[in-house]
Amino acid sequence: MPSRADLVAVSSVDDVVAVVTGAGPRGVLARGAGRSYGDAAQNGGGAVLDLSALCDVELLGDGDVVAGAGALLSEIVPLLLARGRFLPVTPGTRFITVGGAVAADVHGKNHHVDGSFGAHVRWVDLVTADGSLRRLTPTGAPEDAALLAATIGGMGLTGVLVAVRFATIPSPTSFVRVQTRRAPDLDALMALMVEGDVDFRYSVAWVDGMARGARLGRGVLTRGDHVEPHDVPARRRAAAPLTADGPRLDVPPVPVSPLNRVSLAAFNEAWFRKAPRSRDDEITALAPFFYPLDAVGCWNRLYGPRGFLQYQFAVPDSGGEVVRTSLERLAGMGAPSFLSVLKRFGPGRPESPLSFPIEGWTLAIDVPARTPGLAAVLDDLDELVLAAGGRLYLAKDSRAVPATVAGGYPGLDAFRSLRADVDPDGVFVSDLSRRLQL
Amino acid sequence: MTDALDRPTSILVLGGTSDIALATVRALRSPALRRVVLAARPSEGRDAAVSSLARDGVAGVTAVDFDAAATDSHDELLATAFADGDVDVVLVAFGVLGVQQEFEDDPDLAVEAAQVNYVGAVSVCLRAARLLTAQGHGTLVVLSSVAGERARRSNFVYGSTKAGLDALASGLADALHGSGAHVLVVRPGFVRTGMTSHLEPAPLSVTAEQVAQAVVAGLRRGSTVVYVPAAMRVVMSGLRHLPRAVFRRLPI
Repeated sequence: MPSRADLVAVSSVDDVVAVVTGAGPRGVLARGAGRSYGDAAQNGGGAVLDLSALCDVELLGDGDVVAGAGALLSEIVPLLLARGRFLPVTPGTRFITVGGAVAADVHGKNHHVDGSFGAHVRWVDLVTADGSLRRLTPTGAPEDAALLAATIGGMGLTGVLVAVRFATIPSPTSFVRVQTRRAPDLDALMALMVEGDVDFRYSVAWVDGMARGARLGRGVLTRGDHVEPHDVPARRRAAAPLTADGPRLDVPPVPVSPLNRVSLAAFNEAWFRKAPRSRDDEITALAPFFYPLDAVGCWNRLYGPRGFLQYQFAVPDSGGEVVRTSLERLAGMGAPSFLSVLKRFGPGRPESPLSFPIEGWTLAIDVPARTPGLAAVLDDLDELVLAAGGRLYLAKDSRAVPATVAGGYPGLDAFRSLRADVDPDGVFVSDLSRRLQL
Repeated sequence: MTDALDRPTSILVLGGTSDIALATVRALRSPALRRVVLAARPSEGRDAAVSSLARDGVAGVTAVDFDAAATDSHDELLATAFADGDVDVVLVAFGVLGVQQEFEDDPDLAVEAAQVNYVGAVSVCLRAARLLTAQGHGTLVVLSSVAGERARRSNFVYGSTKAGLDALASGLADALHGSGAHVLVVRPGFVRTGMTSHLEPAPLSVTAEQVAQAVVAGLRRGSTVVYVPAAMRVVMSGLRHLPRAVFRRLPI
């Protein structure tokens, strides 16, 4: 649910320090681009910092990027591509900030190879509750390294990120070579991923969240990697956009959602059929490969005024059955869903107490919030996820309860005690942290 | 914080032994609900309310002493309830019905009823509104009555207290627009509860559970006013416009 806060636009680190040291009883929270699905960027009754003016980006000679926390990945990508580099990790949208990428420790299609965004952070500049500006490196003093680790995935609750230096990876062109495999059911899909993901830098599967019975979990697996210039036809190379386009189509607010069981079942059927059974070596531009939804502005409006929520969990390989059960339960409700994504995670970051990824599977499912009976089904799934040793993604959450987070994140107590040390008065708070007692 | 599936985490009930209030808490029960404060005068009824909610699986139910007419105690009571954490729903559910003839025979009784139903409500509503505004979210649910919409010969003292309360809550709803806090004014018709058990049910009478369901639906929709039953909106619209000479003669 929305809450009201005072939005404070800052233009310098001094401004940030002034707001933090002058915080009222409802505290302060930094907001990135507001792309979290729940209440992570809300702070009812308090101050919310708009850091969009802190957006300087500098490319260093070694390929690293130093960026203001308010810089958008969409602004960095073209600069990197011009130098033959790319983001070390990118989520499914490029309209997020660097600060948000660290705070949510975002992951991408290459998690099984490259880990999460936090793995590529060289240092961060953090304004802490006492108003000091601290540069934190993984190899610094133990308390600095611990604070950095907690800040990665810490959802903005350890301080205000103002600048970040992170590593990048080579991308000689703005194209990727893509392999597509269509899998008729969940077993086939998961087997393909277990066998072959290691051979690809990027891998993600779209799952038909509405298919039931024998077709449950059918999906389209796309995997790929960056390519060398000689792999791309000269004609396409010349026309290659280094800047990824802005939204081409904007969805207006709609009073009634056009998404329902019938329309989405038809859409999903078409989407599945449209994909080739098997195709190799397709050369695709970066933008449609990494950011398919960015082409449609405000696509969330398609879900109507009541909106939707996303349920994303991670479970170890031993909990793979939870993927099946989740799809069964949600498809069984007939909830119209068109964005279900299955992916394999590599090792997580145990040193970062609230970082989401853990080695195994992650499934993300969009569901309209209006779906009757949804609350009880998701509560049941929470229990299965916890029993399997899994957890929910805080950046996506809008309905979990404190016990679910405590059960999924064994480092939560350590996170709390670290916060009590660096922020004894509880300056940094969010609606999410209050709701989940982080 | 009420979550994306409209489940509040904490509820403060002022008038914590009210049948409608308890039914509403039950209707809002969920794994997300972790704190319920029942504010009422100490009584066996209050103890029973706490234990019956706990028995029904409502977590974190406690009781605090509250006297609606003792307005000088309200500041501390509300501040304490909010100091223990955000309050997502404040339910103003206290009130006395009284007997019209006794009010007319002994105006002091009528003054007492007005003190509780109107003055007490002014006190808690305005204070709760400030606290909800300060936290930037939450809903003040005010149990009004269709009796306040047009005063009737048979219960105009009670009706006048509800008319005042209703006007206050409606105005407050507009005042809070944009603050993150909301007001939901609930206008039930005749509700078959302990408070009305000695009376013959009127047409379109409802149960406390039906009122509770209407409150839940109103919270979900973000409504400012709900009638229970919904048909009462049309009925009252008609009654409001009846000529006085006709209205006076109606057996209601």
